[in-house]
Amino acid sequence: MAHVKAGAATTVVTHHLTKDYGEARVVDNLELKLKAGEIFGLLGPNGAGKTTTILMLLGLIEPTAGSIEVLGLDPSRHPLTVKRRVGYLPDAVGFYDGMTGWENLSFTAQLNRLGNGDVRINELLDEVGLAEARDQKAGTYSRGMKQRLGIADALLKDPDILILDEPTTAIDPEGVAEILTMIRRLAEERGVTVLLSSHLLHQVQAVCDRVAIFVRGKVVAQGAPAELASRGGGPEEVEFNTSSTDDKVRSALGQAGFVKKLEPARIRGNYVARIDRGSTNKLVSALVNGGVQLDGIRRTSDDLDEVYRRYFHMDDQGRD
Amino acid sequence: MIRVVTEATAVRTNEGFGSGWRVVARKEFADHLLSGRFLVLTAVLAVAAAGAVFAASGGIRSVAVDATGVPALFLKLFTVTTDPVPFPLVVFIGFLAPLLGIMFGFDAISGERSQGTLPRLLAQPIHRDEVILGKFVGGLAVVALMLTALTVFVSGIGIFRLGLFPEPTEVVRLLVWLLVAIIYVGFWQALATLTSILVPRAATSAMIAVGFWLVLTLFGSFIFRAAASVLANPDDQVASIRAELLLSRLSPYTLYSETSTVLLDPTERATGLLTAQQVDRAIVSNLSLPQSLSVVWPQVVGLLALTAALFAVAYVAFMRQEVRA
Ligand SMILES: Nc1ncnc2c1ncn2[C@@H]1O[C@H](COP(=O)(O)OP(=O)(O)OP(=O)(O)O)[C@@H](O)[C@H]1O
Ligand SMILES: [Mg+2]
Repeated sequence: MAHVKAGAATTVVTHHLTKDYGEARVVDNLELKLKAGEIFGLLGPNGAGKTTTILMLLGLIEPTAGSIEVLGLDPSRHPLTVKRRVGYLPDAVGFYDGMTGWENLSFTAQLNRLGNGDVRINELLDEVGLAEARDQKAGTYSRGMKQRLGIADALLKDPDILILDEPTTAIDPEGVAEILTMIRRLAEERGVTVLLSSHLLHQVQAVCDRVAIFVRGKVVAQGAPAELASRGGGPEEVEFNTSSTDDKVRSALGQAGFVKKLEPARIRGNYVARIDRGSTNKLVSALVNGGVQLDGIRRTSDDLDEVYRRYFHMDDQGRD
Repeated sequence: MIRVVTEATAVRTNEGFGSGWRVVARKEFADHLLSGRFLVLTAVLAVAAAGAVFAASGGIRSVAVDATGVPALFLKLFTVTTDPVPFPLVVFIGFLAPLLGIMFGFDAISGERSQGTLPRLLAQPIHRDEVILGKFVGGLAVVALMLTALTVFVSGIGIFRLGLFPEPTEVVRLLVWLLVAIIYVGFWQALATLTSILVPRAATSAMIAVGFWLVLTLFGSFIFRAAASVLANPDDQVASIRAELLLSRLSPYTLYSETSTVLLDPTERATGLLTAQQVDRAIVSNLSLPQSLSVVWPQVVGLLALTAALFAVAYVAFMRQEVRA
């Protein structure tokens, strides 16, 4: 049962949000609208301005221009109320090395004036899989363990909004799945609104209701992952596997206009073809009609992946 | 397997804002008490105190043999020394106590940065100024504890080993002196806090603060004399000494020394320069407690002002700084 805590239908709104560092415009007229209870992914390459945006949402950096509303409040004018209701996991999260994981969380609980925080700390440590390491000094934690502790730390105040900056970077694949499942469940069961940033599209696309692709301070595309992908329209990539000779494959596809590019994959007998969107069918019949022994075929490029690459690629060209 | 806590077990108590600095201060206090540097500094202070008390007791015996009715004999425990020990305890404190402030301040903010805890800390519902205030108060509380313990230790030796009993006014003098010493250390802690904000590397921050301390305590008098000779007409001796005195009072070391001299020795009538006329007119008697206090009042205020000003600079520097600088 999903219930919305925050009353307001939108929980984070930015309008013309801009941040300059000297000459450099790091965040450029950003317009965001997060709906209550949704999981929103801010995706972009290194240096896109994700962390800068997040710090502005928390009132920890003054914007150069534009406005922000978090739960209906301006974070730079009501910082305490906002910070009381927003849980934050910084990128490269750190803890006091000399204190145990439990003590670190206890300190956060005290700063948030949480009564009977102790019970909750134990529950959360259990939840993020650190129950065994609770009395171990945080200085001895691995990066992934620190990240898990950071998630527990962000959840401690039972937030209405959860802001996670690169929540999965240091975590092993199994852990990533666990954490994404947990985020999903928080949003569904408790109506927590989640904003997460990442440069790993593959990891987060499945869990996000909506994503914004963010390149050099600008949102270049925004919407539900499926919606963005259908907007793509560019070529897609398939990989097929055959026991026929190279000549045979090339002659079968020689005339096909929908094949933009054909090259052998790393594995012998495998080929990667870039074809027009939606022409997988045509590719298969062209191969079969050409007498090629087709052993297997699969799509290698995700639709959103394509979108993402296109924008990131655009960015690379811009830099040249 | 991850399971979501569906029940909100956290209960928000006390909606009032603005006491987060106490939480920070409490943590800081506990951290320092468990730290290696606390042990080292305690050992250094203990050795200094034992040496000073040993030397002072020798001095006191010889004084007490000479004359009964020496004023404020008890306080001589802190102000008198005899041979192999070069300085009485108050002077030792003047030299060493800055180290306490520096040790408990030099990585106040840079430590948070290097551990990566600053963004997380600032994202909690406390004001940014509460962080720096809490750190300062927590550190200074440890200093206060150490100096108080030291004073009690020395007094205890005076009472139980030497059979000296303090008069009530002597107790008050000692307490005021203790307060002044804590403010004096506060100056150095504010300085170290400032360098911890401006310099990202803790070792560099400590070096700068220690450098300041060495220059001011060891070479301060040369510097002030040189500066005075530039400012005042060198032929007019009184004027140049006055200028030197004035300049030297910009130094917390001078302010502390003058204050402790007058406070702990009722025969000290004034600080600084007395002209022959003033000495002529002065009636030779001991100063009462209120008289001593009124003599050192400007110094105490000056010391407090210096400390507050430095803390204010640190405060502003911290408020203006980037979270992830
Ligand atoms: N204090 C600063 N002064 C000047 N430029 C800065 C400052 N902080 C960040 N920047 C610049 O702002 C840009 C955006 O940085 P930001 O950390 O927001 O990127 P990001 O999207 O979080 O990247 P990453 O994926 O690497 O974490 C970068 O080009 C960075 O160099
Ligand atoms: Mg970042």
